[in-house]
Amino acid sequence: MNARPQPPELSRRQLLAAGGALIVSFSLTGRSEADETGATPSPAKEAALPGSLAKTPVLDAWIRVDGDGRVTAFTGKAELGQGMRTAVIQLAAEQLAVAPESIELVTADTALTPDEGFTAGSHSMQDSGTAVFNAAGQVRWLLMQAAATRFALPVDQLTARDGFVHAPDGRSFGYGALSAGLSLHVSAEPATGLGDPKSYRIIGKSLPRVDIPAKLTGGAAYVQDMRLPGMLHARVVRQPSPGARLRSVDAGAIERLPGVVKVVRDGDYLVVVAEREWQAVKAWRALSAAAEWSENAELPEQASLHATLQALPARDIEVLTWTATAGAAVKRLQARFTKPYLMHGSIGPSCALAQFSDDGVTVWTHTQGVYPQRGALAELLRLPPEKVRCIHVQGSGCYGHNGADDVAADAALIARAMPGRPIRVQWMREQENTAEPFGPAMVTEVSAALDVEGNIVDWEYGVWSNTHNMRPTKGGMFLQNAALPEPLPVPPPEPIPMPEGGGDRNSNPLYAFPNAHVVYHFVPTMPLRISAMRSLGAYHNIFTIESFMDELAEAAGADPVPFRLRHMKDARARDVIEAAADRFGWSKLPLAERGRGRGFAFARYKNLGAYCAIALDLTVEHETGRVQIGRVVAAVDSGQPINPDGIRNQIEGAIVQSASWTLYEQVSFDRRHITSADWSGYPILRFPAAPLSVDVHVLDRPGQPFLGTGEAGQGPTAAAIANALRQATGVRLRNLPLSRERVKAAVGV
Amino acid sequence: MITLTINGQQHDVDAEPDTPLLYVLREDLQMNGAKFGCGLGQCGACTVMLDGKAVFSCVIPISLLPGREIKTIEGLGTAAVPGVVQQAFIDEQAAQCGYCIAGMVMRAQALLEHNPSPTEEQIRDEMTPNLCRCGTHMRILRAVRRAAQTMKRVAL
Repeated sequence: MNARPQPPELSRRQLLAAGGALIVSFSLTGRSEADETGATPSPAKEAALPGSLAKTPVLDAWIRVDGDGRVTAFTGKAELGQGMRTAVIQLAAEQLAVAPESIELVTADTALTPDEGFTAGSHSMQDSGTAVFNAAGQVRWLLMQAAATRFALPVDQLTARDGFVHAPDGRSFGYGALSAGLSLHVSAEPATGLGDPKSYRIIGKSLPRVDIPAKLTGGAAYVQDMRLPGMLHARVVRQPSPGARLRSVDAGAIERLPGVVKVVRDGDYLVVVAEREWQAVKAWRALSAAAEWSENAELPEQASLHATLQALPARDIEVLTWTATAGAAVKRLQARFTKPYLMHGSIGPSCALAQFSDDGVTVWTHTQGVYPQRGALAELLRLPPEKVRCIHVQGSGCYGHNGADDVAADAALIARAMPGRPIRVQWMREQENTAEPFGPAMVTEVSAALDVEGNIVDWEYGVWSNTHNMRPTKGGMFLQNAALPEPLPVPPPEPIPMPEGGGDRNSNPLYAFPNAHVVYHFVPTMPLRISAMRSLGAYHNIFTIESFMDELAEAAGADPVPFRLRHMKDARARDVIEAAADRFGWSKLPLAERGRGRGFAFARYKNLGAYCAIALDLTVEHETGRVQIGRVVAAVDSGQPINPDGIRNQIEGAIVQSASWTLYEQVSFDRRHITSADWSGYPILRFPAAPLSVDVHVLDRPGQPFLGTGEAGQGPTAAAIANALRQATGVRLRNLPLSRERVKAAVGV
Repeated sequence: MITLTINGQQHDVDAEPDTPLLYVLREDLQMNGAKFGCGLGQCGACTVMLDGKAVFSCVIPISLLPGREIKTIEGLGTAAVPGVVQQAFIDEQAAQCGYCIAGMVMRAQALLEHNPSPTEEQIRDEMTPNLCRCGTHMRILRAVRRAAQTMKRVAL
């Protein structure tokens, strides 16, 4: 596939020279100290460099200008469908004062781009966007200084515009000519003039997404669309349950099927390779039927899943303790909330290509982290990492750690068995649904006390959850590891520490309570295979906190919006809450009638990222329990907005996706198998149930740091729905999903 | 050898007769628009038009298709000159990851060809077979309404 012209290769030596010294000084601090992107905290002396420049400070790792004046920007983050590619181009174009369409952007590739860990946790703008923005600003400054020397004029008399530096007398030099004598292989400086944020011309504009036209016209846009010369198609017969042993398989008949090139068996890992894709599918079906397995897996009882989770051994992690004098408690409420396992549910099942040669293996992958994947694949393949190149090519939206990494391991393992031939592996729907690592099930218990004036004086909160991060940073973490004859050790699960957190993400309320105590009961044992899913624990913790805030408001006889404001000191949070309430017309609406309700909720994602408040109304059909969301209004503060329509698109998506999670979704299983194997077993929201309208208001915050937005709306949406349901039905639902059956049972018609 | 009529052109295809149309489009004809999503007719990522109706190309064997008119998103327009529905999706920025979008466009195209003035309820009902996981539904609905408006203007 000719997805993009390849820029001149940045030499590995350059990149190593760029980051090497720093990496040596603070690497290997262990998984437990890394955040969700895999980044380790910078030591204080490096903290002055913003975003990912702290780890990769050399300018030409981010921005290169060639002799023709062409600008290439580099990011270690990946386009996942979130619009990152467009936003990063805008940032580089703004600082270099060139047209966005003139910038070539190279994304995550272990041979070309900086190591920015995983594209996760809504970090792309704050890490990579910030690095590109600052690097581009410094490159422009260097180009202007070079021009100043040539013009023999002070630099402050010059302007950069459209790829040229102009002198007041009309002379100008192109970036290409200026770059000839200029080394960008220099370290970034901590402070640079980035211009007045109010004067920005490219960021803050809703530049249309650069990737959309190809996706609408049949262009090659995804790893699924790659076709390499001599490519073969492979399918894997997966272990039907964890730990299943392949007792026997008669592959002879399958090897004689039309187009079949090879059946590969390695321990309990069973594969068929064929010339054509449909031949591979048919052979896979036959091979699946021929395989005889011994199974002994024991999954928990789904009906009592949450009690099982709470009964497992837990490591208690203190999240926060606040103590202060407060009014005497006159009323105490308590409640328990649960969340099932959720599926990422990409519309396109995972896919990867790989090719082995004497130089090693190249893998085309929709992973969220090419560098961690390279390291883990190298371990799995018993190769040195420099023999593995991972190139990100976009896949279907992933929403976290889905099958992307495991299918890349499939492609690499099979390519090793078929050296020289490119191998394409495409998971089938039922494989995606049963083998992807799910978003963890969770339990929360909360109690709080009100004083006589209806203020919250005490808050006690516990959350039970597995880790939310089993991304393959080690070879033993791939799905295939358990099927191979000599499995690698599997590292124990670790919690992601606060301030970002994993299961405890957003368990720390942003509200000001005089007394509070929050504990994360970290459960190491994982009854089902799980990992990171969009917003991690924040979805359930915000669902809990914001549902319970409404319960407390009701107990205090207060309206939910003023009740929240009364407990909120953060000025930006207050602005967002007020903006959503005003635009919704919260105070003007009449009180609910039977079957109709409105709900409000707020959170600042991770208490570090974007602020998001949501107001919505809905109707409930009492006879069936069917919920129809009506009008949704959201207000969001993402710092200085780079692409306001991109932010709106992300928040709209978060609202609709979360509505689907909240109203319909749960992974189903019996005592041995995952049973929600297709879209009939795992229904998600379809068009008739989409909200009647969604209006997202983006606050303008010139000069404020970029804040991650992609996961800000999910938690508030869930709670706003539950709060509206309470008003519409008189019943408080605390167990997700708030399904038609549960609504109907609660309403009791 | 089976002869298929796709976007007005005849293609002789050397594939097994039970091969679903989707695999022939993607592998034999190297067309990217129709996507593999489930292979079960549940998600609509593979939607194309057959004799003017939206169908799941992942479950229709090519042996049933000689003599019938197949239309794919490649037949609607190009990135340089997009068709009306494609342009409406661009104007509304109606995609996130975009994997479902070609299927959405084809189902909308089929709808608007037989019902140029659909109500909101008809649009939602008609689009029901197609799944989007990014939650782009509001923009997709806007794009379909916009395409209907444009078609009306063009027709006048």
